[in-house]
Amino acid sequence: MSDPALGLTMLCLIIVVIMMGFPTAFTLMGLGMAFGFTAFYDPSQPWLDNRIFNLMVQRTFGAMTNDTLLSIPLFVLMGYVMERGALVDKMFHSVQLAFRRLPGSLAVATLVICTFWGIASGLVGAVVVLMGVIAMRPMLNAGYDTRLAAGVITAGGTLGILIPPSVMIIVYAAVAGQSVVKLYAAAMFPGFFLAFLYLVYVIGWVLIDPKIAPKLPEDQLKAPVSPWLEKLGEQYSKRMLPALAKAVVMPGRALQISVTDMRVTWGLLVRSFVMSLAPVFIVLATLGTSWWYVVIYSQANANAQAGTEVVQMTTEYVADKADTTAEPEGLQEMGGDTVADAPEANDNAVSLGDQVADETKVVEVPESFYTGFWITTAALFALLAWYYRGFDAEQYEILNMLVKSVMPLGILTFVVLGVILLGLATATESAAVGATGAFIMAWSSGSLNFERTKEAVFLTAKTTSMVCWLFVGSALFSAVFAVLGGQRLVEEWVMAMDLTPLQFMLLSQAIIFVLGWPLEWTEIIVIFVPIFLPLLTHFQIDPILWGVLVFVNLQAAFLSPPVAMSAFYLKGVSPPHVTINQIFAGMMPYMFIVIICMVLMYIWPGLTLWLPDYLYGPK
Amino acid sequence: MNTLKLLHTADSISTWVGKTFAWLIVALMVMVMGEVFKRYALNAPTAWIFDASNMMYGTAFMMCGAYTLSQDGHVRGDFFYGSAKPRTQASLDFVLYILFFIPGVIALTWAGWTYAADAIAIREMTNSGDAIPLYPFKAIIPLTGIIVLMQGLAEIIRCVVCLKTGEWPARLKDANEIDVVEQQLSASVYVDEDAKRDAIERAKHIDEAAHQRGGHAMGENK
Repeated sequence: MSDPALGLTMLCLIIVVIMMGFPTAFTLMGLGMAFGFTAFYDPSQPWLDNRIFNLMVQRTFGAMTNDTLLSIPLFVLMGYVMERGALVDKMFHSVQLAFRRLPGSLAVATLVICTFWGIASGLVGAVVVLMGVIAMRPMLNAGYDTRLAAGVITAGGTLGILIPPSVMIIVYAAVAGQSVVKLYAAAMFPGFFLAFLYLVYVIGWVLIDPKIAPKLPEDQLKAPVSPWLEKLGEQYSKRMLPALAKAVVMPGRALQISVTDMRVTWGLLVRSFVMSLAPVFIVLATLGTSWWYVVIYSQANANAQAGTEVVQMTTEYVADKADTTAEPEGLQEMGGDTVADAPEANDNAVSLGDQVADETKVVEVPESFYTGFWITTAALFALLAWYYRGFDAEQYEILNMLVKSVMPLGILTFVVLGVILLGLATATESAAVGATGAFIMAWSSGSLNFERTKEAVFLTAKTTSMVCWLFVGSALFSAVFAVLGGQRLVEEWVMAMDLTPLQFMLLSQAIIFVLGWPLEWTEIIVIFVPIFLPLLTHFQIDPILWGVLVFVNLQAAFLSPPVAMSAFYLKGVSPPHVTINQIFAGMMPYMFIVIICMVLMYIWPGLTLWLPDYLYGPK
Repeated sequence: MNTLKLLHTADSISTWVGKTFAWLIVALMVMVMGEVFKRYALNAPTAWIFDASNMMYGTAFMMCGAYTLSQDGHVRGDFFYGSAKPRTQASLDFVLYILFFIPGVIALTWAGWTYAADAIAIREMTNSGDAIPLYPFKAIIPLTGIIVLMQGLAEIIRCVVCLKTGEWPARLKDANEIDVVEQQLSASVYVDEDAKRDAIERAKHIDEAAHQRGGHAMGENK
């Protein structure tokens, strides 16, 4: 048997053996060993000197020192700690109250929580079971259509493996040799865009056919208002913001309020006032960060470089006493300053840079940013004004609940994603910050004790070990596959088919979609994706775009009946009258939405590539 | 039963080793966090932290390999396997352990040993600015090989027991992903008690049934 033929046998055999259910990491290791041994076999040397042993240990060591995989344990740990620290039940309740006026509010809240919790965790099974208990029953009790209820839970539950920070993306980055940070940036918009499409679908369906999601009875829409707040409202104003502001400045009447079992103190008033301003803080923080990043941080960075160059340049000119008439005036003046300040040039480089930049147009904030920024600011403040107009005691209570249940997780997520995306630290460092933050959050909320910490650590160890051992196995397998020439054979075969890039894209995604039925994402990304990767350069497809399409594609594969695991998780917790076919019927539309999303991503690559290009510059 | 005792001894050794090394992940977190603070706040980066964190990660996942195996935590293609009868599962596993696992892991141990022995002989250091010893890290490979091999033999015995009795011998109790359902629900306020209790009781079963895609374990009226 020729070597390439051996390689193809190997590829076929791996699919068969994986289907037989043996732990994939060891299947890869064993097959790679056996085929590699045959390939390297040389009768003239003792069999213990076979080169396969060398290759094997080097590949293993390679996986052990892979600095992309290094961030996996930390992200996984963050996820496990977070899902123990944040109370889904409370989050769901408060989000549902906040969205109570929307059509299909329970379904919308379910999607929001699934997306949100998916950011933190990323375990499909646990999310679906949990939401099955927390959200499915209320929805069915409220008279929601079973398909609607089942669809949002299963579709929302699988979002977690897509939305950063997800382990799948790290593994793909390690396999494809891409930067984790860039892939996170690329997956960001498609992930939320998909969630948004789900949302549009749910609300749209409910608007067209309101029968499927009847309005909740009034008593379930009311948030309990503490008695002191009601009295406060009577004393000052129905609108809580001015009422609290007045009460803080003139606490006289507020302190007179007497309610059973509690006393109104000035401290309480101040705290409530700050709490009611939370949305303002969020808006300010968001606007401030984007302003700081675009106008100050990036500019300082770019100009520091440009400035240094200019400083060097001008210093040379002046030092050489060259003929400066050809130089623009600005530079001459700058040059003079620079010489005088030369010893402190380091400190001044930035500020000099700023001035120089104005004249030489090294880097500039695009005009459109300012326009967009002020329009956004105006819109957000209009929104805030509208919100505070209707901000009564009940709204205050809802806000209070939201802040207490959702905010800690929200802040942590935004810090982690922000730190990764804005390029302030490496992925590993952001993961460590995130994990530490998760610990602090969970401990301060009192939901984490030593027992649960231990569980989270051990689960992290098992998951990390599973993923990384798979990597060890596949590193050997793919090396042997390449040595045997199997990879080349596949490439020649695909080239011979003479496909257009679009056809290749469709073919590769279709294969991955089909593989997604019986296999887990780990196996697909680690074993089968590397076979396609070398072909991408030939077809001039961006590996980042292709990778994100794969992530989205796997969502569809995990939602396709009759193999989707999440359907069976949901079946397990649903009341007996919900059949598996109803659940499948509920998920089907989401599968098509995913496919629509993929088509949009292909037609409009900017959706995926704009953010990484903007943040890290085009390749 | 003697075989069961033997199995559980093997399991406990792997589990103990794995759980001990699992804490390296927390140590890694603390170390990287410290480095973040030093680099960004004090502007004093440490050169060897990068090598050290890589070693901690590599050691942790390798040494947890046997622990993961003892908990059946390595990913399987369980599409057909999941819904097969225990005897079919055991015979498949038995053959494949001997065909793939044993040669693969023995080769890893042997190759790892020659690799590590070379490094130990010259007391190899990392080749960055601040060199730290590299040879103990390389020695992890054969060490892991031995423990994983031991656990693999235990798994083979497990298959034999299952082939004889038709039932898989129990594994040690351990933290499970689906446990979070119980923890979340026990702290929940808005879910009614019956639904809560029911879900907590059946969480494990639901997990298994989902992996079998509704196979034999889940009756129609459950």
